[in-house]
Amino acid sequence: MDLQFSPEENAFREEVRRFVAEQLPAPIRDKVMNGVHLNRDEHVQWQRILHQRGWGGPGWPKEFGGPGWMPAEQYIFEEECAAGGAPRLISFGLKMIAPVLMAFGSPEQQQRYLPKILAAEEWWCQGYSEPGAGSDLASVKTRAVKEGDHYIVNGQKTWTTLGQYADWIFCLVRTDPEAKKQSGISFLLIDMKSPGVTVRPIITLDGAHEVNEVWLEDVRVPVENLIGEENKGWTYAKFLLGHERTNIAGIGIAKRELARLKRIAEAEGRLDDPLFAARVAQVEIDLIALEITNLRVLSAERTKKAPGPEASILKIKGTEIQQAIAELMMQAVGPYALPFRQEDVGPDYAANLATGYCNQRKLSIFGGSNEIQKNIISQMILGL
Amino acid sequence: MNFDFNEEQMALQDTVRRFIAKDYTFEKRRAIRDSVAGWSREIWQSLADLGVLALNIDEEHGGLGYGPQEAGLVMDAFGAGLLLEPYLAGAVIAPALIRRTTSAVPGDTAAHNFQEEWLPKIAAGKAIVVLAHADARGTAVTEANGKLSGRKAVVAHGGCADLLLVSARTADGGTGLFAVTPGAEGVALHDYPTLDGQRAADIIFDKAPAQRVDAGDTANATQHAIEAALDIGLAALCAEAVGIMEATIAATTDYLKTRQQFGQPIGRFQALQHRMADMLLHLEQARSMSYLAAMHCTSEDTTARQRSLSAAKVTIGQACRFIAQNAVQLHGGMGMTDELMLSHWFKRLTAIEMSFGDTDMHLQRFARLSRAA
Repeated sequence: MDLQFSPEENAFREEVRRFVAEQLPAPIRDKVMNGVHLNRDEHVQWQRILHQRGWGGPGWPKEFGGPGWMPAEQYIFEEECAAGGAPRLISFGLKMIAPVLMAFGSPEQQQRYLPKILAAEEWWCQGYSEPGAGSDLASVKTRAVKEGDHYIVNGQKTWTTLGQYADWIFCLVRTDPEAKKQSGISFLLIDMKSPGVTVRPIITLDGAHEVNEVWLEDVRVPVENLIGEENKGWTYAKFLLGHERTNIAGIGIAKRELARLKRIAEAEGRLDDPLFAARVAQVEIDLIALEITNLRVLSAERTKKAPGPEASILKIKGTEIQQAIAELMMQAVGPYALPFRQEDVGPDYAANLATGYCNQRKLSIFGGSNEIQKNIISQMILGL
Repeated sequence: MNFDFNEEQMALQDTVRRFIAKDYTFEKRRAIRDSVAGWSREIWQSLADLGVLALNIDEEHGGLGYGPQEAGLVMDAFGAGLLLEPYLAGAVIAPALIRRTTSAVPGDTAAHNFQEEWLPKIAAGKAIVVLAHADARGTAVTEANGKLSGRKAVVAHGGCADLLLVSARTADGGTGLFAVTPGAEGVALHDYPTLDGQRAADIIFDKAPAQRVDAGDTANATQHAIEAALDIGLAALCAEAVGIMEATIAATTDYLKTRQQFGQPIGRFQALQHRMADMLLHLEQARSMSYLAAMHCTSEDTTARQRSLSAAKVTIGQACRFIAQNAVQLHGGMGMTDELMLSHWFKRLTAIEMSFGDTDMHLQRFARLSRAA
């Protein structure tokens, strides 16, 4: 057993760190470091910088234009990007639909979509959740009826993150309403510019526009936009969810946010309060433990293909830690957490702490709520 | 980066696991616990025959020259069987302490002789040496003219020691380490059982004759050596806790699958499933930290070492409490009985949380060290 990274891995870490320091535009870094939402252009700008370096798809194999990194290298890359204030990679294209295309897409689909994801020429969003299908995802109702060489799609998707920027949406649609729940679902790629697609913002409790409703009314989708086979969509959907969880622990981001918490707490004199200092210590300890747990899972993954149920452990603990950090940051500034979206009141760092805290409540809900993750642990790991 | 143990390490752990499963059954342990001494020389000799007492002693002194990882694997394997014998005190901490305190001065004949005399005996199971460190409140042990006075509190396995290594405040204000024979004049030893079925002793020294065995406390060398040896013990304790928690979770999972209420196994109920999931989260975080503790417990960088070990003890202490309490809860009334191993795991996990500094102490130390770093 050896908990150290190899000299090669450490050299790679240096290389990534240097690259981020030199190439990340300062205005983007400042926004990320202070928890400010980025706009579409800023995300695209960073993705293109990475793509130029050949690092656009950290988890991608070489045959599709990725760097072909091992899990440890991907981990180091994401950690250093986070530490250096780089934007989180927009996962809908890179980490969700891309692996599905690679595994189940036709060669034509792969050539059509993958390069544009890598180069940030097309923005993807996820059409999974519906008003009546959240944790119980297989109960999606959006209907797709085949008419000649098109599907006619009707229904409503919701919680569509950054759908307002999207060129494409990948959707779970019901193609066989008679079949049992999971077996009547297909996986469709829909052009957001198609007639009948309407995006309506959902304003969240932090006052931000991050998620949307997507209405689909008689949307005509060419049959070549079907992934794999009709009515096999649930298989692809589950595959995607497995990939979505590979970096769910968010260690790099949590480390960056912990450092921010400590700066704020120090500036506010809160670390002199033993109770507050102990709360910070607790979250720091939890993060140290989770980092090792994460590396253990990565190490085990070298011999397995897809992440196992252990990823649920990472999701629960990772989101709890990020939420705890956001909560402590808000508490650290006391009453100056209260002015709502006021940039010019109180210390600079106080402006978005309460909204950040509010926003981070989503972490334990999305990507399979933490309660669903506990179901997975008790059933898949413990066999209950 | 590699979290796998090698074949030799796995074989070592297998050997100990098999020994516990076969020769350290619940009934056997109960008989040992209820005996006058509260531990078994026969078992101790078996452990010597297996070679595990020699694990943490260098080859030059009749040992096998292994390190904290192997000690952890052995302690983890002892966990499920709740070994009552003084392995941690006698075979992990004592050798580490003797190596660190008595070898500070190269060419020191007395120190050399002390190691020569005691380490091979420990390795062969012929002697049990125990560190007596924590003072009773208000009655710290002091040394004057080669004699010790004062009181040591709740010395784990103090009663079975052939030799006590006693830390004492010396006339110059430093810390010295002194060898004391338990039966000597001026030593009053009160041996008693502890919550976990193990043994401890309060030891009163009244001008007890003592031989100084450390090489002097220049720059707090002896104090640091004692802390270093205790940190190696703490890492091993963390591994023991993980072994117990793993066994506790396995037994509770089995219970949930077999116990029927409302016409179904109670493990079907989501409230209980989620509690089990929370227990597993604690276990995996604890396991990660026991690896960290094993890796860092021999570090020369005192601040980094203590910070890591405090982080480990906090994680493991909290896991001990959570898993122990909820395992009893999920067992319902059966969890309250003495006849299941579960309640004994519960008590040992409770004791571990309170040993080597409790969670609060380590949380505060971690906060202090993190701010200084």
